[in-house]
Amino acid sequence: MAYSDKVIDHYENPRNVGSFEDKDDAHIGTGMVGAPACGDVMKLQLKVGDDGVIEDAKFKTYGCGSAIASSSLVTEWVKGKTLDQASELKNTEIAEELALPPVKIHCSILAEDAIKAAIADYKKKNA
Amino acid sequence: MNYFELFSLTPSYQLDLSDLAGRYRTLQSQFHPDKFAGESAQAQAIAMQRAAQINDAYQTLKAPLNRAQYLLSLQGIELAGEQQTVSDVEFLMLQMELREQLEGLQAAADPEDAIDKLAARLNKDRRSLSDDFESAYNEGHYQQAGDIVRKLKFYARLEQQLQQAEEQLLDF
Repeated sequence: MAYSDKVIDHYENPRNVGSFEDKDDAHIGTGMVGAPACGDVMKLQLKVGDDGVIEDAKFKTYGCGSAIASSSLVTEWVKGKTLDQASELKNTEIAEELALPPVKIHCSILAEDAIKAAIADYKKKNA
Repeated sequence: MNYFELFSLTPSYQLDLSDLAGRYRTLQSQFHPDKFAGESAQAQAIAMQRAAQINDAYQTLKAPLNRAQYLLSLQGIELAGEQQTVSDVEFLMLQMELREQLEGLQAAADPEDAIDKLAARLNKDRRSLSDDFESAYNEGHYQQAGDIVRKLKFYARLEQQLQQAEEQLLDF
């Protein structure tokens, strides 16, 4: 299968790989999701400022090129957004930006769900 | 007719694989294209379709994960091709750890030993999940059984990747 140039770019130069030192920090929200269809696992973390704006994001993904590119892209996108704005992110936007073929749509769903899980974790910590 | 009925079996997760192979060979020989060489084009087409169906059924039932998935599809739970994600944090953390171990194989002092250990670990986890599936399925807890199949799929992927890593490291 041919990957799009954007997928290859994010795959070869993934942005924001890694994790935040202190995951118990109240400013950090961690989302873990997996896709049984392909066995991909994704961890995505958000660092949220006191004003509710996402300052930084990191990810670690075990999966195919599309899964890595999807997570790399969303970590770029959510920076500077409020939690509400970030939770509106749709997998279709990711799929469109990366020109994912239909068989790889689940990679973008994984990235959307990872963001949602990270936001939910942050809200739970700060409830 | 479902795949179990095709082999005159009742749907069950426990399956005697050599018995299944015997039933498969018997059926395949009954519908072998050679036997229909002198028959009408229609009879030949039906025989060919039947032979393909028997083959699909055998491939599905002989592999435990496919069999489990098929058993649930008979209960109306479709897991094949689903795009749903899972969010069991504890399980996913473990999967991440296992992937990290897999990644670290190359740097291990004794890669062969590290491969054996990881393979044993994956095998043990998979067997335990397989037992859990059997209990859940037999007790009619199909949703729970479905969640176990989803977990088993992560192990299938891990074992596939371990095999690839092994081939690379040991330069087969």
